[in-house]
Amino acid sequence: MKIITRLAAAGAVGMMLAGAASAQTVKVAYDADPVSLDPHEQLSGGTLQFSHMAFDPLIRWTKDLGFEPRLAESWEQIDDTTTRFHLRENVKFHSGNGLTAKDVDWTFDRLKQSPDFKGIFAPFTDVEVVDDYTFDLKTSTAYPLVLHSATYIFPMDSAFYTGTTEDGKDKAELVKHGDSFASRNVSGTGPFVVTEREQGVKMVFKRFADYWDTKSPGNVQEIILTPIKEDPTRVAALLSGDVDFIAPVPPTDLARIDADDSTDLITMAGTRVITFQMNQDRVEAFKDARVRQAIDYAVNNAGIVDRIMRGFGTVAAQASPAGYLGHNPALAPRYDLEKAKALMAEAGYADGFSITMMAPNNRYVNDDKIAQAVASMLSKINITVDLQTMPKAQYWPAFDERAADMMMIGWHADTEDSANFHQFLTACPNSENGNGQYNSGNYCNPKADALMDASNTEVDPEARAKLLQELETIVYDEAGFIPLHFQNLAWGARKGVHAEAIVNAMNFPYLGDLVVE
Amino acid sequence: MLAYLVKRVFQAIAVMFAISLISFAIQDNLGDPLRELVGQSVSEEVRQQLRDELGLNDSFLQQYLRFVGNALQGDLGTSYFFKEPALDVILKKLPATLELVFAATLIIIGLSVPLGVYTAIKPNNILSRTIMGLSIVGISIPVFLTAILMIFIFAVGLRWLPSYGRGEIVPVWGSWETNFATVDGWLHILLPAVALASIMLPLFVRLIRAEMMEVLQSEYVKYARAKGISPRRIYFVHALKNTLLPVITVGGVQIGTMVAYTILTETVFQWPGMGFMFLEAVNRVDTPLIVAYLIVVGFIFVVTNTIVDLIYGLVNPTVNIARMGA
Repeated sequence: MKIITRLAAAGAVGMMLAGAASAQTVKVAYDADPVSLDPHEQLSGGTLQFSHMAFDPLIRWTKDLGFEPRLAESWEQIDDTTTRFHLRENVKFHSGNGLTAKDVDWTFDRLKQSPDFKGIFAPFTDVEVVDDYTFDLKTSTAYPLVLHSATYIFPMDSAFYTGTTEDGKDKAELVKHGDSFASRNVSGTGPFVVTEREQGVKMVFKRFADYWDTKSPGNVQEIILTPIKEDPTRVAALLSGDVDFIAPVPPTDLARIDADDSTDLITMAGTRVITFQMNQDRVEAFKDARVRQAIDYAVNNAGIVDRIMRGFGTVAAQASPAGYLGHNPALAPRYDLEKAKALMAEAGYADGFSITMMAPNNRYVNDDKIAQAVASMLSKINITVDLQTMPKAQYWPAFDERAADMMMIGWHADTEDSANFHQFLTACPNSENGNGQYNSGNYCNPKADALMDASNTEVDPEARAKLLQELETIVYDEAGFIPLHFQNLAWGARKGVHAEAIVNAMNFPYLGDLVVE
Repeated sequence: MLAYLVKRVFQAIAVMFAISLISFAIQDNLGDPLRELVGQSVSEEVRQQLRDELGLNDSFLQQYLRFVGNALQGDLGTSYFFKEPALDVILKKLPATLELVFAATLIIIGLSVPLGVYTAIKPNNILSRTIMGLSIVGISIPVFLTAILMIFIFAVGLRWLPSYGRGEIVPVWGSWETNFATVDGWLHILLPAVALASIMLPLFVRLIRAEMMEVLQSEYVKYARAKGISPRRIYFVHALKNTLLPVITVGGVQIGTMVAYTILTETVFQWPGMGFMFLEAVNRVDTPLIVAYLIVVGFIFVVTNTIVDLIYGLVNPTVNIARMGA
């Protein structure tokens, strides 16, 4: 069996060396498959990974967090609230229809109705079609994240999604729960056409024959995407050659995949920050900035990254990862046990106090182990922690209730922008505008909020960076929350699958550009 | 016989009703399904609105009555994740699980009878001691560990067998696609079936051995020996027959239990069956699917137990002898 496979492989290599461009099939195993074929149904990693296969965005992120044109060839700012985009011509949808500005307008209106996406598009008012290949994207006020948001516009085939199905349902219908035309049928402009789908089992993609991007180096003709939930099984599938590309790779198997002769490991600093929040409404002591600083000084984040994450993380001192506008390189991680004790004594808590702590145990990498480590670190400054960890399904309702004094939360900014961290995690909680929705610490500093508001209308990147970095500094100085680390990303690939070039910190590999030997 | 059946059917209905009530009552503690349906930055207001649309804000009684009303018409609710009727989803996944259980059962029957008989006949033999020793190890290692170990030996190390999934399957009838029609299918089912069998096999070897040893001490075996019947005939015809009665009883119950054990095995092997689906449903807080699964599995248990009771009556010769005597 083994010999036969080897012979076949050798034969295949021989054929390739002879210069024959044979059909390439790549088997991909992720931990989950996309929940729906409707790109607007859920804002999640799986949906975006899928969107980059079956659709194309107007513009997309480059590896170093810049923008590159996709369906939009170029764009320019016309006035404070208008950006004009020029669409690529001769782009075909999978159905055969041609892409025009009308499709973008239609997609934009649908995004505005999506419960998941409408938050991102709240600052936008309209898409005005100028001609077939030109449209204006309008915002209510000057808005610095127009291009960031445009990476979420994956034009849908408006003609394909218009009309009614045989049982009389509107094809454009966007439903969260239940059957809809768009959740089972797809027509995008993307490099791959969905040919087969059994939810939770497998999805088969074939390369789109009329794909516009003929300059793409991608040579993959077929992708078979299988969700493999269990980490050891996914790793075993790669090591045994049953699949060619996997994500994520668990920290325990990084060395193994790296060392194996037949596989490559690709890692990258991620942008999801893992933090703890200290609830000031529940614990009087947390109202004192010195106590919060003491906790930050007591937590050895570098130790956590080193020991628990096995080096597979980037130590964090602030919410913004490097590369974001608001990232302030001057802010260094704090760890000094003596200083922590001194701060506790200064605040009048030398004898410490008792708190409760909650963390999920299946949401972030090693989340429960991290919480245990933090709890034992806090005992060194006489804070006794009663820790409870639970599956994410139970954790989120508990988090919404603010059920413990310290709670863990990880965050990735959908906009890939610093202001998003503050808006959700550290802004003064306000149910009217939704600020501080995940601020279980109830940390509140109106000055910081004012900086965030100012940054939301500041379009000059330099001035904006200044505002956001000042914001990070305030939250850092007052120890508004405890930053731990940024989770790194890891992919495993069979040798010959050049995945290095197509992965990015947002974790949506551009599989259309994948080159396989 | 008919009266007995009718009685069993009524019992089954009562059990099913209790299961539905219990599974429905625990669903509030499973978490918030909305969290899995929407992205993290969706506002609380939008989530409340969706909760209203799904009827999750109604009182427990309202929700339960609505569920029972629909269930009586064969509608066990719609899965949040699959967006299909929960019963359809389960029935689609059922063949994969049943095939796995069937393959594991074949392995158990094929191995436990000869091993059990052998260790009973030659209790002090080195081979018997090795078998008994291994069976202790088999009982004590959790199934997911056995499974992962086997994957790393046979799939990663030796590369003899595939590491996950069902491989090439052939449609048979309706949603039933079989593994048993292709070589690839057989190769794929081998590891999961062995892993699943590994829990029950030691139990059955020990059970058959114990029963067999007891039977071998009995008067009629001694008499048969005295009569000069060949040992082979004594062991495999006279003794084994009587050994199998308790084995069938336990076996029927255990095969039902095995359906539950498939949760772990299927998860490790990414086997697209019911057990894996259930664990995923719990992770996703797909409550309609969870409730429907519990009801279907409860139903399988009730049915297998009823069938075992019937078979027991048929196989037990003392029952027949009594009848003949009367």
